[in-house]
Amino acid sequence: MSDEVKLVEKSRIMGKERIGRAMSRLASEIVEDNQGANGLYLVGIRRRGVPLAETLVRKIEEIEGKKPLFGIIDITLYRDDLSTVGANPIVNRTELDEDIDEKSIVLVDDVLFTGRTIRAALDQLMDFGRPKKVQLAVLVDRGHEHRELPIQADFVGKTVPTKKSEIIKVMLKEYDDVEAVGIFELPSN
Amino acid sequence: MEKPFHRRDLLGIRGLSAEEIIGILDTAENFREISAREIKKVPTLRGKTIINLFFEASTRTRTSFELAAKRLSADAVNISVSTSSVSKGETLIDTALTLDAMSPDCIVVRHSSAGVPHQLAKISKAAVVNAGDGTNEHPTQALLDAMTIREHKKEFAGLKVAILGDILHSRVARSNIHLLTKLGATVKVAGPKTLVPRSFEGLVDEGLTVSEHLDEAIVDADVVMILRIQKERQDSAFFPTLSEYAVHYGLTQERLELAKKDAIVLHPGPMNRGIEIASDVADSARSQILDQVKYGVAVRMAVLYLATGGR
Repeated sequence: MSDEVKLVEKSRIMGKERIGRAMSRLASEIVEDNQGANGLYLVGIRRRGVPLAETLVRKIEEIEGKKPLFGIIDITLYRDDLSTVGANPIVNRTELDEDIDEKSIVLVDDVLFTGRTIRAALDQLMDFGRPKKVQLAVLVDRGHEHRELPIQADFVGKTVPTKKSEIIKVMLKEYDDVEAVGIFELPSN
Repeated sequence: MEKPFHRRDLLGIRGLSAEEIIGILDTAENFREISAREIKKVPTLRGKTIINLFFEASTRTRTSFELAAKRLSADAVNISVSTSSVSKGETLIDTALTLDAMSPDCIVVRHSSAGVPHQLAKISKAAVVNAGDGTNEHPTQALLDAMTIREHKKEFAGLKVAILGDILHSRVARSNIHLLTKLGATVKVAGPKTLVPRSFEGLVDEGLTVSEHLDEAIVDADVVMILRIQKERQDSAFFPTLSEYAVHYGLTQERLELAKKDAIVLHPGPMNRGIEIASDVADSARSQILDQVKYGVAVRMAVLYLATGGR
């Protein structure tokens, strides 16, 4: 996303408290569905999936008294648009220090839109081994109609129907001044 | 976000900015993890063709480039050409045009004459990466040396680096001098007068001193880089005998004592044990020679990734 063009915020759909509550609910749903934190492995997708996954790890530990495994995936090398995006984008590090074989992986990202990022993350994950299963948790799901691949989320903070031209921005204290989710648009002129 | 590298070709370190060098090193850091995986392959350069065009014998550099290409899923073709039967100039142009007709995305070239990669870059539509041209430059070697240094020393500013041995014939030395001085290190080169000409001081604006005595350069050094005696590039008039060279200019434990306590030892390989480097130094804990080889693959993956990007 270009930082040069100033985006216009149309509406604010989540604030700090709502994000916090949604994350608590996601943590509960994940441990309920997986019957605890045993073999649970949360993998954040760079960038904004990483602090969200860290938050979920913390909240799950509070609920279960056991800390799930944690890792980071950078999907740059698995993108399907490398030949069209111009100069190659910055590569960041993938950190899956714990073996993923036979683990219950939960991929964590901020927004689910076309599904292409998740496809790249899944491909990369399979290069590291054979997990027992892979689930997907996102803070915001922009809805099925934008999906370009057969991918859906298992755990959703909030579903937000959007137009394709709109941009959903998840702002987190790790990268932004505020903690919020907003719908943005390119300026009309 | 700032792109680490804005150009198509990597012809030398001389023309790069400090920011570009750091950008390549940062990218390379993030490629290291791939070689530690069980499946050492990412799909990034699928469908790209990389030609390793070597007019000069090479095992480690060629293998390193080949592995880097393969771990990125590019198709790598190795072409070894003997220079002896090739007349220069026209033939290079013909070779370039012939290769271009096969639509490679990147040509990695090594040649015994300086400037060949630059010529090739003018002719070819592919990105050109210099894998060593005569005594001019060997940019990926300097980058992997820098990666090894950064791993141990974190910062380059204020570092004292000694580069020892056959400086005259060394493209590794030239690329390293450019890189290290651009990043704020001070470099002292030393070796026999015949192999370390005074005129070398003019290579860069500042940060470089030349000495005849190894000890002068080693004193207080953070990094000691010893170069290979390039027997193949000499007509043996540069020093009397190899054993005499070993006595006066070989890196021994005793000499290394003059360096800082935590100094590291680098050698671009292949080593002449017992000549420019004593065996116990090569095998000591200070020696990072095998790490250099390891980082070489990551650096070349980064360079191929950046060079073939977005065209």
